[in-house]
Amino acid sequence: MKIIVCVKQVPDTSGKVAVNANGTLDRASMQTITNPDDLNAVEAALALKEQTGAEVIVVTMGPPPAEGMLRELLAMGCDRGVLVSGREFGGSDTYATSQILAAAVNKIGVEAEDIVLCGRQAIDGDTAQVGPQIAEKLELPQVTYVAGIEKEGNTLTVKRALEDGYMTIKVQTPCMLTCIKELNNPRYMNVADIYGCYEKSVEVFDYNTLKDEPLIDVNKIGLKGSPTNILISFTPPQKGAGQMLEGCGKETTDKLAGILAEKHVI
Amino acid sequence: MAFDNMKLEDFKGVWVFCEQREGKLMPTDLELISEGRKLADSLETELCGILLGDKVEGLAAELGGYGADKVIVLDNPAYAVYTTEAYTDAICQMVEKYKPEILLVGASNIGRDLGPRCAARLHTGLCADCTHLDVDTAVYQDFLKDNSVLAPERIAGTDKALVMGEKKDVTKELKMTRPAFGGNLMATIICPRFRPSMATVRPGVLKKGAFNQAKADAVQVIKEEVAVDMTAIKAQVVEVVKEARKLVDLVGAEYIVSIGRGIASDVEKGIALAEELAEVLGGVVGGSRVAIDSGWLTADHQVGQTGKTVHPKVYIALGISGAIQHKAGMQDSELIIAVNKDAKAPIFEVADYGICGDLFAVAPLLIESFKEVKNS
Repeated sequence: MKIIVCVKQVPDTSGKVAVNANGTLDRASMQTITNPDDLNAVEAALALKEQTGAEVIVVTMGPPPAEGMLRELLAMGCDRGVLVSGREFGGSDTYATSQILAAAVNKIGVEAEDIVLCGRQAIDGDTAQVGPQIAEKLELPQVTYVAGIEKEGNTLTVKRALEDGYMTIKVQTPCMLTCIKELNNPRYMNVADIYGCYEKSVEVFDYNTLKDEPLIDVNKIGLKGSPTNILISFTPPQKGAGQMLEGCGKETTDKLAGILAEKHVI
Repeated sequence: MAFDNMKLEDFKGVWVFCEQREGKLMPTDLELISEGRKLADSLETELCGILLGDKVEGLAAELGGYGADKVIVLDNPAYAVYTTEAYTDAICQMVEKYKPEILLVGASNIGRDLGPRCAARLHTGLCADCTHLDVDTAVYQDFLKDNSVLAPERIAGTDKALVMGEKKDVTKELKMTRPAFGGNLMATIICPRFRPSMATVRPGVLKKGAFNQAKADAVQVIKEEVAVDMTAIKAQVVEVVKEARKLVDLVGAEYIVSIGRGIASDVEKGIALAEELAEVLGGVVGGSRVAIDSGWLTADHQVGQTGKTVHPKVYIALGISGAIQHKAGMQDSELIIAVNKDAKAPIFEVADYGICGDLFAVAPLLIESFKEVKNS
């Protein structure tokens, strides 16, 4: 049995954000992290590994330095990594990305007992689209927003979060689940696996590895193959009308309370 | 399959997927129908709702009243509760049959499950979690003038885009705008080579229009059926549970006190101060993504692109830096007050009143001052 986890290395957008003069994100100057929801998917895989003895394979698409992230995940206890990396893959939108990742997952092989896990969404794109689109390409049933997993044989009983409650869903393997942070608390790297993580295999799938795979259409990957285009990106204007109050003591808060009372908003 | 979605001229009409739960429309449906009406008018085409459920035909009139010309209804006990497989099959078959040029889906937990699956099957582009939609280029460029710092010549250049290495006229394209790159920029996305252009749209962002009884009476219902074998569904819904836990009503709140990274040094005290301040005002507590991702508050408290969009009378941001992702959810509040130690925090750009100071010192003073004013 295999559990294949799709992960992404992302800029840490929750910290200080650097923007270039031309308005694009200055990724080079930002810290990278493993996407938070993806860590929940990794933790779910490792918990299932403890229960079933499954092999856990982490897959990422990204530039060569993303191997460092894969090594960290191996140091958490994952068994091997696959780095999908190639200039031809750059600029892919979610459709193109999911096609490439589906081809990579398919090459690893999805058998009757296997499970594919993703995080719900990545914090740099916030689309939540790649998981379901991988599932569609692999013709796997999907459950998104997963907050609980119980496995019995080849049946998973899954808690799927809704805005106002949840659904309980029974799904047969092979299947694809996207994980949310309510699912678990990701573990830390452990000493034994930190020592072992460079002994474990990280295979690279480049363009030549994947171009003849059945699930990939080389005209539908990368910037040119993506169905969507960015027309323009922009920064919103500063509202400008705001007023910085002087000081931060009681006189200041009194003044503010007075203004609000005058405006009849409190 | 006689479905070539690169033959753009074959595709006509604006569609809205109308999500129902327990036989009731979701509020977002009416927001999307109202917006879809404007897009359909720009394109001089029809607006059509697509509704799946069990005995839901009666909901069509309401959709008509907010602007739908037609509603395609798939009535089947199998559609009472959402399943990815049955809904995706039905929507994709209907799209292939009728060929709409635009398909809008609410960005609920269900819409964000359905939208990408359909887009992948139809091989078309999908833009997630949009906050603004346009077709008409002049209207779009006016939007950019008001909402961006772009130079006039760059705005004027948005009638064309580089598509597959060639300049292409995009004046008839759906222009889908959303926060991008972790919410630090806005981006407008187009889908110029395939149809339908698909977008999921944030609940609570677009405005519901006025109800028109004559339009409601005139709505045309098209009953459709798609073969569905529930025993073949691989992900079966066993039960749907409404949570007893009372969720915070951010969208309906008149006063919101939100907390962010600034409370990290003493989370318990930070939350207690926010709660007390909210109580003085008769409001509720919200949080930025950091506050939710760090587990300080539950997900229903989140304000922002990935959380809720709010329009309170007063929004107080305590220790929130103000990434676009957060601003997207609160900048339309009637009055915004920000307290932050960092005078350069972007939150001050949208605040009506800013106080540069430590929230742990300022919040107790705000509580005191507000109490005094309220009691006077």
